[in-house]
Amino acid sequence: MPDLVRLIGKRLLFGLLTLFAVSVLVFIGTELLPGDLAEVILGQTATPEAVAAIRAKLNLGDPAVLRYWRWFSGVLVGDFGNSLASGRPITTVLLPRLQATLFLAATAAVIAVPLAIALGLLSALWRDRTFDKTTSAATLAAISMPEFFIGYLLVYVFAVQLGWFPAISRISPSANFGQKLWAIALPALTLTLVTTGHMMRMTRAAVVQVLSAPYIEMAELKGTPRRAIIFRHALPNAIGPIANVVVLNLAFLVVGVILVEVVFVYPGMGQLMVDAVSKRDIPLIQACAIVFAITYVGLNMLADIVSILANPRLRHPR
Amino acid sequence: MLLQIENLRIDGTDVDGNSVEIVKNVSLEVDRGQVLGLIGESGAGKSTIGLAALGYVRPGCHFAGGSVRLDGQELVGAPVGQLLDIRGRRVAYVAQSAAAAFNPAHRLLDQICEVHRRHGLGPRAAAERFAVELFGKLGLPDPERFGQRYPHQVSGGQLQRAMTVMALITKPDLVVFDEPTTALDVTTQIEVLAAMRRAIREQGAAALYVTHDLAVVAQMADRILVLRHGAAVELGETRQILEQPREDYTKALVSVRRGEHERHGGHERSVVLAVDRVDAAYGAQQVLFDVSLRVERAATVAVVGESGSGKSTLARVITGLLPPRSGQVRFGGEVLSNDLAGRSKEQRRRLQLIYQMPDVAVNPRQTVQEIIGRPLTFYLGMRGDALRRRVKDLLARIELPAHFADRFPGELSGGQKQRISIARALAAEPELIICDEVTSALDPLVADEILNLLLRLQEESGLSYLFITHDLATVRAIAHEVVVMQRGRVVDSGAKDEVMAPPFHDYTGKLIRSVPEMRTDWLDEVLAGRA
Amino acid sequence: MTAALLLRRMPWITRLGLLLVLLFAFLAAFGPWLAPYPEAEPVADVWQPIGTAGFPLGTDTLGRDMLSRLLFGAQRSIGLALVITVLSFAVGSVCGFLAAIAGGWADQVASRIVDVFMSFPALILALLVLSVMGSSLPVLVLTLAFIDGTRVFRLARAVAVDLNVMEFVEAARLRGEGIWWIARKEILPNALPMLLAEFGVRFCFSFLLISALSFLGLGIQPPAADWGGMVKDNAQAIAFGLPAPLLPAGCIALLTISVNLVVDFLLDQASRRSRRG
Repeated sequence: MPDLVRLIGKRLLFGLLTLFAVSVLVFIGTELLPGDLAEVILGQTATPEAVAAIRAKLNLGDPAVLRYWRWFSGVLVGDFGNSLASGRPITTVLLPRLQATLFLAATAAVIAVPLAIALGLLSALWRDRTFDKTTSAATLAAISMPEFFIGYLLVYVFAVQLGWFPAISRISPSANFGQKLWAIALPALTLTLVTTGHMMRMTRAAVVQVLSAPYIEMAELKGTPRRAIIFRHALPNAIGPIANVVVLNLAFLVVGVILVEVVFVYPGMGQLMVDAVSKRDIPLIQACAIVFAITYVGLNMLADIVSILANPRLRHPR
Repeated sequence: MLLQIENLRIDGTDVDGNSVEIVKNVSLEVDRGQVLGLIGESGAGKSTIGLAALGYVRPGCHFAGGSVRLDGQELVGAPVGQLLDIRGRRVAYVAQSAAAAFNPAHRLLDQICEVHRRHGLGPRAAAERFAVELFGKLGLPDPERFGQRYPHQVSGGQLQRAMTVMALITKPDLVVFDEPTTALDVTTQIEVLAAMRRAIREQGAAALYVTHDLAVVAQMADRILVLRHGAAVELGETRQILEQPREDYTKALVSVRRGEHERHGGHERSVVLAVDRVDAAYGAQQVLFDVSLRVERAATVAVVGESGSGKSTLARVITGLLPPRSGQVRFGGEVLSNDLAGRSKEQRRRLQLIYQMPDVAVNPRQTVQEIIGRPLTFYLGMRGDALRRRVKDLLARIELPAHFADRFPGELSGGQKQRISIARALAAEPELIICDEVTSALDPLVADEILNLLLRLQEESGLSYLFITHDLATVRAIAHEVVVMQRGRVVDSGAKDEVMAPPFHDYTGKLIRSVPEMRTDWLDEVLAGRA
Repeated sequence: MTAALLLRRMPWITRLGLLLVLLFAFLAAFGPWLAPYPEAEPVADVWQPIGTAGFPLGTDTLGRDMLSRLLFGAQRSIGLALVITVLSFAVGSVCGFLAAIAGGWADQVASRIVDVFMSFPALILALLVLSVMGSSLPVLVLTLAFIDGTRVFRLARAVAVDLNVMEFVEAARLRGEGIWWIARKEILPNALPMLLAEFGVRFCFSFLLISALSFLGLGIQPPAADWGGMVKDNAQAIAFGLPAPLLPAGCIALLTISVNLVVDFLLDQASRRSRRG
């Protein structure tokens, strides 16, 4: 399978290059934009001594390339430096937050993925019927709404009016799994609603495309029952595109998490980054941005690799 | 009677959601072991009728009336279970594009045996044995292992035969062939035709053979039904349709393929275009090898070849779209720059190009006035009233009314769009027009009109044509000189009467012998000649 | 295709969407003149509920009139998103067209740069830039227009690449037409339906992004009213059982749904047309 290996290798290489470019971008975005970084951090009223101290601490006197290299080689081994606000190593600040975010995102994904695939499949099979039109309208609404609208709406209904779930998702360290799930019920539901819309629409489009292929008509003309057409002829060809859709949407989900965490005051990466931004804690912002970017770029890369792997033309070369 | 279709009406919907009649009151009958040809141009409803024989209509269409009976059993409105039982077992279907009709995810043998299994026709091993036997009969290489391949791993001609195997594996009573050889090159087509005919004869199956090519159907069918715009025009024995057609439309169809065009002899004249020893490549892959040809003033040179022969690449080299690796192109005594940027406006003006697909050859968002007017403004600096008058003149020359100037291409038929393309080329007052398969996307009657127009224009203004085509009937109709290409090389060339008459060059002869002729015994003769 | 014909083909839901879009456009244009109270001054007690006499939508966390702030906010939120979208289209579509027609290394370089920016989530990129440059209006507009512009570039280029291989474009090139003429006369008229739909999509995108940034406190700065910021300002009200943040958030949702309804229809029409050839 030389084609397959070559294509995947190419995609991996491109992903790594992208990540490198992204790291440069993050560095430029935070350290090389016009204005003195030390003044940005401390504000206009800072004393010259304080500015000088920060400059020394961040080695702002060094040339940019050297500073980038120092930072980048740290990132490669998981060392992001120390937080300006708390002085603690960023890795220790970041890890529990990352864990919390992944827990929230994974919970949402576990609900959203099967739901979206099922709805997308059914919509494609019942194309243009009432079910399809209804879900299409509903998902259009879902993908149009900002995360904070869905979030506050759920809070208003399920926390304030009904009192079923907490409005604020605090998790005490001693909570068991069930309590944790209960605490993140509303943010997870918000994320689910937002991602299911996109994922379902894209799944539907992928399946509709497969179902309109001539080999599906051929199967029908061979006297193949509908079930067999779907499971034997359509699904093997739709799995690649669907998997691609799922992974792609997981990438969206990771970014959508930021707003949802702020709505529910959930102690995850998103909240951490927003706090860092308001405190102008530059090294922490850089670290958060890089972690989000790695997840996003990595998932996008995975989505492409999945669709390469699913292509029978590449799996069985001439 | 095996298949009996009576007063069949099928309606569909167009893009705007309006109902349109696709099949209008068509009746036909096919007896056991008989082959009925359905022939017509695009939009004749022939494929729709073919599918109706399986009780099937495409999404968006529906049966509006009439009946389809198989052995007396009504298929229109029959319950799904009954249709599933019939499809694939008693009536089988062979699609036009086998490459698209085979599922890319499964091996060929699995797809072929699936029909057998679905209809409970016995153990898989027996089906496999029969499939291998059919592979052999249809002349597929290595029949034992052929079925282990995936669809993309075999050639188009082989796939088409594999699809015939898939149709015959259940020993059906009726096979519907839907343009099964249209996507193939002529030299491949002949093998597939012979194999299909032998196979259905051996099984004693009846067939509906849907095609737009009268010469092809003449080899396959006992009787022919001519269709136009969804309605039956004429039904008759194959020989009668070919030799004594009754209806004007059928007469026109028959005469087109006989190539009865007026010709005029070419005279020795000065050379307009000379291609000298051109090598060209796309990236690392060389597609033209040492190609030379010349075109004289007021003459037509036809470049003939199958797909992959490099004939279209040659056009790209001449127009400057693909700079050659070596060799040169001379035009009107000047050496043309290899790439487009190096050519003068005047050089570009004198060398024009007409394309294959009229739909994409003209900008759908410009009016006819803008399309034809642009070269007049660009090359000749015409504006205002003079421009409008000249566009009107040009429309008259391509036999379209003056008020067409305000129309958009979307309001025109394919043939009309092709005329606009021709007018756009004429507007530049060129010396040479390269015609790249200009008739192959058109229905035969329309194509014929376009050829006549081109001939007339040549007589009027002494134009030269470089005619790129895969169709030998077109070559006979229009060329003075012929250049035959195969795999990027010129293998034969000369005056048409020499090249297209015996003694043939090997490949030219093979090409000519592969083109179906409008008589019923052509295929038999060719096969007999080989044996 | 005429506008009247398009209108006749619209299903009722699309017409409803279009009507709402027009209504929002009207409010954005005239909102400040319709507002009964000033934008930034407390006029009553804080958090008056909906339906209070004189304050039909209640008051906010500082006792400002909700309705007035929503009307002022309409102009700012919608107006800014519109400016950003127009800017991003002006730059993105021209660059995308030129890259597609020119091809070669210029296209390669531009596309790779855009790839890198697109491989980065928009919200994070915006947070990064705004945290350093500060959230002044010009910085906000230019940053979002740039982010949006990369997306427009990608689409405009893709559409133009498809059109560029069409033979009518080749014919123009063979004739000797310049790149600018080809972009304007051959490509643009054919790309217009797709670009129109994309304009709606990008408008929603920048509208949601600017609202999100304001919600996070990095967009439009107080006391100026904008819908995202109003959600943030009134967020605590919900804990007291008041739906105050839902009003601006609902406005954002309703506008994007309406635009998307129209976009969906336009995309559907464009794909039908392309299928017809």
